[in-house]
Amino acid sequence: MGSGGALEVSGLVKRYGSRTAVDGLDLSVPQGTVTAVLGPNGAGKTTTVETCEGYRRPDAGTVRVLGLDPVSQAALLRPRIGVMLQSGGVYPGARAEEMLRHMAALHAQPLDVDSLSEALGLDSCGRTPYRRLSGGQQQRLALAMAMVGRPELVFLDEPSAGLDPQGRRATWDLVRELRGDGVTVVLTTHHMDEAEELADDVVIIDGGRVVAQGSPERLCRGGAENSLRFTGRPGLDLASLLKALPDNTAAAELVPGGYRVTGTVDPQMLATVTSWCAQNGVMPDRISVERRTLEDVFLELTGKELRS
Amino acid sequence: MSVGTFTPAPGAAPLWRMIRAQAALETRMLLRHGEQLLLTVVIPTLLLMLFSAVDIVDTGGGERVDFLAPGILALAVLSTAFTGQAISTGFERRYGVLKRLGVSPLPRWGLMAAKTCSVLVIELLQVLLLTAVALMLGWSPQGNPLAVALLLLLGTAAFSGLGLLLAGTVRAEATLAAANLIFILLLVGGGVIVPLEKFGALQDALQLLPIAALSDGLRDVLQHGAGVPWGGVAVLAAWAVAGLAAAARFFKWE
Repeated sequence: MGSGGALEVSGLVKRYGSRTAVDGLDLSVPQGTVTAVLGPNGAGKTTTVETCEGYRRPDAGTVRVLGLDPVSQAALLRPRIGVMLQSGGVYPGARAEEMLRHMAALHAQPLDVDSLSEALGLDSCGRTPYRRLSGGQQQRLALAMAMVGRPELVFLDEPSAGLDPQGRRATWDLVRELRGDGVTVVLTTHHMDEAEELADDVVIIDGGRVVAQGSPERLCRGGAENSLRFTGRPGLDLASLLKALPDNTAAAELVPGGYRVTGTVDPQMLATVTSWCAQNGVMPDRISVERRTLEDVFLELTGKELRS
Repeated sequence: MSVGTFTPAPGAAPLWRMIRAQAALETRMLLRHGEQLLLTVVIPTLLLMLFSAVDIVDTGGGERVDFLAPGILALAVLSTAFTGQAISTGFERRYGVLKRLGVSPLPRWGLMAAKTCSVLVIELLQVLLLTAVALMLGWSPQGNPLAVALLLLLGTAAFSGLGLLLAGTVRAEATLAAANLIFILLLVGGGVIVPLEKFGALQDALQLLPIAALSDGLRDVLQHGAGVPWGGVAVLAAWAVAGLAAAARFFKWE
């Protein structure tokens, strides 16, 4: 199987009529990792994931999932993957437990339905028809359906959308357990904290291409610098501070008495700033270091205007 | 959950077990669905009782129930294989059920086989119920049961093809409306309770409808004791081939 990756996508192109949804996308997901696919609406996330799931035939490029072609070798691939759709996927009249048992029955060695239900808090609503479940319960059932067949690779499309904080925690815990047991997880999300919390690798897609890929730490480290904030007496002479700091540093009084120093924030910078404050007889209140978040990176790469 | 719970152990269940589980689930969904039962059980039973008891339509000579029972059996097949299947499949498509099952180990043809099994189970229950009611109303069926079974199976194939074609090509709401409208039109104009002779010049055209071929074919056997009605069999077979081929060609899973 192609270099051992759970997912190997190269040069993927997918068009809908005249619109190009995916435009030469490359993606590689190592086995046993959690990869978060981020991107604005319409960036091509769902098309990419659904092509990997075998729903769509690529117009160009190759897709290998667990070494298999998801369209021509679908029969071999389907038992080995678990899929959580963004919504639906269940008979409206089916009871939660009934549907989960049914998905289990389609697999050779499924998980124990009772303990999976309990882990996802579905045991109390097992007799409730799907259409009467809350949004969160529907989400958790869809998640349970994705993993009940003990797959090697699971695709989760916005797994925590619409969940309350408890539901999010339970979902995150399960994703971590999946990873711990060697399952590869590919998830799409709009929640940057979810990606930072769970993902070994983050893939940012925009305009049908990958615009950034790497661990959350690496993505946040590069690019624009971090900053240091503090409050003190208004009207301090920042020029004397900048003289003591490296050339690439900038400083500004954002509001009267509220200062921001931007540059390479390291222990040396912190020491320089605090000793400068001491020289000026200023107590630097509320001093804080601000790191770039994944959201900052995301907005830098994909812009701030609203998408469709 | 404990460490190692999720250690991958993928694999499909044996095919027969998947199809059996799918057919059982689909059958439960149909039996649990009130509107479906109205269509498949209540309406045929009420029509059989009402038109047998009251002389509303001139059904020709002999016992009215001898004319009506075969037509109602045809209606039962129409209600389950066409109307019911079209509506449920249309909404399964709409709610992403077909999409989700499409990435399960169950192959698409296996899903279709399961749907067919579940339609046949419901039809068997309908036939048992309607036969019991008709016998209580004084029905005296004639003919060869195997000829009846052949007609019912061909009718099921024809209506399934058309139902799936409808469900797989238009929106769920449109399927719901169209399937019910077609049900009523075929009920009236397909020789179910009104003899086709009443339609005069239209009769020859109406005879080519699958419902007319089925109800008149069943009547030939059950009322008049004829052998296999090859004309009706040919009409049903043609509809079955055309409907199933068109459904296979045009059915959209999402």
